[in-house]
Amino acid sequence: MRFMPIFLAAMWVFAATAHAQGEAPEFYDFDTQAEEQRFRGLIAELRCPKCQNQNIADSNAPISKDMRDQVYLLMQSGATDDEIVGALVDRFGEFVKYKPPVDRRTILLWGFPAIAVFGGFMIVAGVVIRSRKQSPEPALSAEEQARVRQMLADRDPSSRS
Amino acid sequence: MYPELGQLALIIALLLAVLLSTVPLAGALTGRDSLQAFARPLSAGMFVFTGVSFAVLTHAFMVDDFSVAYVANNSNSMLPWYYKFSAVWGGHEGSLLLWILMLAGWTLAVAMFSRKLPSVMVSQVLSVMGMICVGFFLFIVITSNPFERILPNIPADGSDLNPLLQDIGLILHPPMLYMGYVGFSVAFAFAIAALINGKLDAAWARWSRPWTTVAWSFLTLGIALGSWWAYYELGWGGWWFWDPVENASLLPWLSGTALMHSLAVTEKRGVFKSWTVLLAIVTFSLSLLGAFLVRSGVLTSVHSFAADPERGSFLLALLGITVVSSLVLYAFRAPVVHVRSRYDSLSREIFLLLNNVLLVAATLLVAIGTLYPLVLDYLNMGKLSIGEPFFNATFSPMAVAAGLLLGAGIFSRWKKTDGGWLARKLLWPLAVSVVATTGVMLIYGGFAPWAFAGVFASVWVTVATAWDLWDKSSSRQGRWHGLKRQSRSYYGMVFGHLGLAMVMAGATVVSNYGIERDVRMVPGDSAMVGDYQVVFTGIGDRRGANFTAEYGSFDVFLDGKQVAELHPEKRHYPVDMSVMTEADIDGGLFRDVFIAIGERITDEAWAIRLQYKPLVRWLWLGSLVMAIGGFLAISDKRYRIRVRSEAKVDTGNEAGAAPAEARA
Amino acid sequence: MKRLMLFLPLILAVGVGIFLAAGIGKDPTRLESALIGKPVPEFSLANLREPGQTLDQSLFRGEVALLNVWAEWCPACWDEHEDLMWLANEKGVRIVGLNYKDEKEKAFSFLDRLGDPYQTIIYDPRGSLGFDLGVYGAPETFVIDAEGVVRYRHVGVVNERVWEEILLPVINRVEGKS
Repeated sequence: MRFMPIFLAAMWVFAATAHAQGEAPEFYDFDTQAEEQRFRGLIAELRCPKCQNQNIADSNAPISKDMRDQVYLLMQSGATDDEIVGALVDRFGEFVKYKPPVDRRTILLWGFPAIAVFGGFMIVAGVVIRSRKQSPEPALSAEEQARVRQMLADRDPSSRS
Repeated sequence: MYPELGQLALIIALLLAVLLSTVPLAGALTGRDSLQAFARPLSAGMFVFTGVSFAVLTHAFMVDDFSVAYVANNSNSMLPWYYKFSAVWGGHEGSLLLWILMLAGWTLAVAMFSRKLPSVMVSQVLSVMGMICVGFFLFIVITSNPFERILPNIPADGSDLNPLLQDIGLILHPPMLYMGYVGFSVAFAFAIAALINGKLDAAWARWSRPWTTVAWSFLTLGIALGSWWAYYELGWGGWWFWDPVENASLLPWLSGTALMHSLAVTEKRGVFKSWTVLLAIVTFSLSLLGAFLVRSGVLTSVHSFAADPERGSFLLALLGITVVSSLVLYAFRAPVVHVRSRYDSLSREIFLLLNNVLLVAATLLVAIGTLYPLVLDYLNMGKLSIGEPFFNATFSPMAVAAGLLLGAGIFSRWKKTDGGWLARKLLWPLAVSVVATTGVMLIYGGFAPWAFAGVFASVWVTVATAWDLWDKSSSRQGRWHGLKRQSRSYYGMVFGHLGLAMVMAGATVVSNYGIERDVRMVPGDSAMVGDYQVVFTGIGDRRGANFTAEYGSFDVFLDGKQVAELHPEKRHYPVDMSVMTEADIDGGLFRDVFIAIGERITDEAWAIRLQYKPLVRWLWLGSLVMAIGGFLAISDKRYRIRVRSEAKVDTGNEAGAAPAEARA
Repeated sequence: MKRLMLFLPLILAVGVGIFLAAGIGKDPTRLESALIGKPVPEFSLANLREPGQTLDQSLFRGEVALLNVWAEWCPACWDEHEDLMWLANEKGVRIVGLNYKDEKEKAFSFLDRLGDPYQTIIYDPRGSLGFDLGVYGAPETFVIDAEGVVRYRHVGVVNERVWEEILLPVINRVEGKS
């Protein structure tokens, strides 16, 4: 069901672009600072398909200019951010989005940072708990002290695993 | 004639490397001193012949010998001499030769500075270095000969060095970066030697530590130079793009940072050995991975060399052999005995372990973000781009968490730290940090949660570090005496942490409070960027050594007073028909004003990009401070004291951060 | 058990190595068209040769065609043109041209000099259809089936090898199906 609105949006955008095309401005003017910020944010998160390792804001490739024009025109015609990005993805593929969507393919990617950090903390917690269990803290019995000495001796440089 | 000599020198160096990788090792394994004695002369010989080869290539550039293909492709007779010199490492073959020269240099350094180490250990370490050298010598001789000739049709002139690379930043960036990458080979060699002879002890950690620290310092400088270069040279004021090649340099830096800290624990407390040795292997492997990513063409990057499957396969084989053999050795030889009950759940050991968790998680995060598109492509699941939005959302929180942890960790003690004491200790730094951060927010105007978090982490690290220094330097003979009494390695730590705080502050403030404007200007127009007024006074032409340029003239005013006159350029390089945007920057400790000229819109009007970049310099200054910290730490005299071969594990409190008050 | 844990890094490294090995030799810049499996976008553009006539997407109905995006200003288009002539004349392939961001006079002088392999040429001076097709650099060549659905895109020059190894198999597959 999720793709329905996206599909509709795509249709709408295609309709909109048919009109939006034509007057590619030489210079982008915005009514408000907020609009300019929004434009800047959008073109910074879109990747140039030609030069590939620059966003379309920094790239000098002609196609980047076309894409910037398109973003600008769509913005002027009232499209939302998702619609604008969607319009470009429909033409150039997911590749142009610097921000990967969260879906089945990328769940591992997005989930990874949390998994890594929590996994790491669990391991540390495990180390701590184990070392606590092993050391009834205050006074060691004579027997335990002997064991500690033994262990220390064991991990003398010459010993291996 | 010379170029052939250069190649011959390389082949001789290869043969010496083969001997180095086998003879001393055989001597160490069989206990023959006579064979072990070859280690140092072989290292020296290898370095000398590599040096000869490098000198020959440099000579070919200086005299414009375009019969050498590599020179013809990367130089031009119109280049100024210093760019001819840096063009030596402007392409794949030459930069590889530089890499190898440094590898041989590090090998020689180990040979020279390890006279106090047991001969068996030195022989093993140098043999491992020799093996790495063999791999790279084979790589350059077989796939990437820099001395290959174009005969008989010698071009009249070279096709020029990429204009992007004609810059001081690029003269220095690769050598620093490679010093770092290659330097980690020493820690790796020590780790492998320790695994081979089973002596994974505090002495091993103590020997590895300075080498790791110095490599890390170079890498820090190298990355910072690259970022600085990108900032002023790529034209649009960005300083980090999360490009695969940038990420490739960040990977060994992150794991190298973890390694430095883990080595400290292993040296001081004799614990986490298996972990530390793994980090040493991983860090160098990530350096090799970086070389592979840059030179194989499996990922697209603005910085990578021309893709060549043969080179890619060779490097992958090299990487594979190194990683697999060392990890197999690790799996069989690393100790699994747990040293229990030697530290408490709240202790410096645990804080450093948590620091390692975050750093390693960050390393893995950057790795997965870089390689994920490759994996998806392989599985035919489409092409994805993973860029800044992903890394900002995931990396930044980890950096903040690391900062918070660091601040608390500074006060912690080895073995056992009292929770209540630590909490009381942290109360004032916490209060000061909150107030200071709020102040920063007020100065820059505007609260944003991430800006607050970043600035807070930075201030917190600074305050905690300063507080700790204040505590430790209290002395009956006065403050100055107390400050002098601290060891250099302690100051190294202080600098390292303050540098990190500066980088975090710079990154946070410039990302959140920087202002960027694209404006249309005709001469005579003025525009505001932040509090600065920029007046466009005119456009002119000029001619450089190997380019022509149009330049704009801009006057920058603050509160009606002129603070700078800037001349950004648009350069045309005729030889390779390219156009470069050369921004002009009014730099300052607290802000940069950055102007670049874009397209000509009409005869008169130009698209001009104006930027106000607060604290942007702190990124690179902070990195410099970090690197200085590293160099300070290794100059500590305890690395110069004679080290007993079978040094005992320190059980006392003789920490790098020796708590003076405990004694006072 | 503990010892086995130490093998974990090795396993991880080998896994990463497999993906790296698979990546060697592939061109990472190659992008599959986003339009594959979708109909050619709607358009309404002039016929280059007959300015009065307006062409639209129905042009692609009825027969498999190659859609070749070209322009006089594009150096690689000069390189591949001879091969396109060969395809049209020797192999009888139906090639529709998309003259992309070009000027009429230049386009004609190009065809006068090198020959004209195109059955029809769509004149797209602003690159609007090119943009809707996701063209990011000429030359690009699309395989379009008889239903007017995009089946494949090749970026870069077409030559005999590309035809034999890439385009022909795609066309055979498409024709087999449709």
